Amino acid sequence: MRADLNVIEPWINPGTQVLDLGCGDGTLLAYLQEKKQVLGYGLEIGADAITSCLRKGVNVIEQNLDSKGLANFADQQFDTVIMTQALQAIRRPDVMLDQMLRLGRQGIVTFPNFGHWRCRHYLLWKGKMPMSKSLPYTWYNTPNIHLCTFKDFEALCQAKNIRILNRMVVNDQFEQSGFSQMWPNLFAQFAVYRIARF
Amino acid sequence: MPNSLSGETFAVGASSDDALSEKSVGIVTPMLLHFDEALNLVCGKTLQQYDIVYETYGELNATGSNAILICHALSGDHHAAGYHAEQDDKPGWWNSCIGPGKPIDTNHFYVVSLNNLGGCNGSTGPKAVNPETGELYGPDFPIVTVKDWVESQARLADVLGIQVWAAVVGGSLGGMQALRWSLDYPERVKHAVVIASAPKLSAQNIAFNEIARKAITSDPDFHDGHYYRYDTVPAKGLMLARMIGHITYLSDASMGEKFGREMKASEFNFGYGVEFEVESYLNYQGERFSKTFDANTYLLMTRALDYFDPAVDFGSSLEDALKRATCAYFVVSFSSDWRFSPERSEQLVEAMVKAGKPVSYASIEAPHGHDAFLIPSPRYMDVFSAYMMRVAEEVNADAG
Repeated sequence: MRADLNVIEPWINPGTQVLDLGCGDGTLLAYLQEKKQVLGYGLEIGADAITSCLRKGVNVIEQNLDSKGLANFADQQFDTVIMTQALQAIRRPDVMLDQMLRLGRQGIVTFPNFGHWRCRHYLLWKGKMPMSKSLPYTWYNTPNIHLCTFKDFEALCQAKNIRILNRMVVNDQFEQSGFSQMWPNLFAQFAVYRIARF
Repeated sequence: MPNSLSGETFAVGASSDDALSEKSVGIVTPMLLHFDEALNLVCGKTLQQYDIVYETYGELNATGSNAILICHALSGDHHAAGYHAEQDDKPGWWNSCIGPGKPIDTNHFYVVSLNNLGGCNGSTGPKAVNPETGELYGPDFPIVTVKDWVESQARLADVLGIQVWAAVVGGSLGGMQALRWSLDYPERVKHAVVIASAPKLSAQNIAFNEIARKAITSDPDFHDGHYYRYDTVPAKGLMLARMIGHITYLSDASMGEKFGREMKASEFNFGYGVEFEVESYLNYQGERFSKTFDANTYLLMTRALDYFDPAVDFGSSLEDALKRATCAYFVVSFSSDWRFSPERSEQLVEAMVKAGKPVSYASIEAPHGHDAFLIPSPRYMDVFSAYMMRVAEEVNADAG
């Protein structure tokens, strides 16, 4: 089972409406449908991922976030809007956060921490853009065009008047290990943020 | 027999199976049901009695829960899959999608396909005898709408012992029937599959229909629709109507690829005869169609399209109309379809989400224009099969 599902599940109320932006093969929505009886919709553009969603009985809508945006959904239409591991690949993450909280009462965002010590180490010692298991691309072909650190993200939330309700920082196994809790921006690899408007 | 929008000569990748192939439903025989219960139509008139011709493929399960209704488009009919005789050179119009191992898998489903009222292939329509006068209806056949079709289809379902459709499926005008079913009989539809369709026609769509109708009604052989009395048909008008319609079913790219500027001869004739291949093709298609289809039915079908706008019955809001639905929707569009473009399907999807209804949407990259819904392109077949497999699983879970 995907490790972030356990983190996200407690934040979803039963029977609510959930929008998953970039839902992949529908694993998260299928899980929430089963565990929390949510009415879920996923947006996706990958052909195979869409077929997987259809097979699973996950509502999937073929829609490109970058080109079409989210204007076709109404204000506060959803209880929760989720974006897992995709914020860094969006053309305008700041606008996306606004959109997420326009559509949903709460947002859940997960992304990799570019401030992790291994990234810093890689850049410091190799003098090259960091590559790793979770960031396997070279600088010129990476889909991750807006990588940030936890601090960057939190500064953006503050500037945009977005409230951080919860933050769960984890290692690449989605475990909360000791160092990562003490110095997250240095030792945690991923964060799951639950955000809302003030 | 007209069996696709534009005819199989254009159907790239059309399935190559024959009547005896294991992927075909094989030889099928149309059936006819007579209804004596009067049908009150939206137009205010009443059909006191009528016939419906239909075909079925696959077996109805013990609980009657595996039935799929196929709704046909403008020039379609009940013959959706299989062959009427071994020597038929063409199968039914949606043979690529209905049969064992195909998206609408007859190993799982009991499929019902009918000719709609007002049609010209066996169900009561303008070519039928009006029992009140003893003459053919002709132009006096009342205009039936999508809502009337749904009503007549519900009666057919009653007779066949189908309380709830596992899915109602249709492309184009057929998709409109699937949508209407979900609103008029929400409790009788589990899934509605709406392919290459639209929530209503645009001004441009209606304009094309009007040209088609004008072509027919201005043919000197039309005789105000009473051409049967004169033992003639408005073949030229119907041919022209079909040629115009046909262009809207294709895309610029697909016509360009098939014909380009190819000529029949090597030089210009400096006249107005048929010189380009595309002219020849259109003429051939139009002429063939005019020999098999009824002009009054063509008029009626285009009007049914024009009038379709279910939102009107529910305060002009599609979203409000959809609130009564209890089914899950699957909407499919094709990139090069400019008759019912992807944007039109997306309007449907948007309203379905706003109404809080389960909906999935696939936007297929395909070069064939509106006709793409009849052509088994790989990704289309993938998503269609995936969705229908889910429907089959639900049927099996309920039965087991």
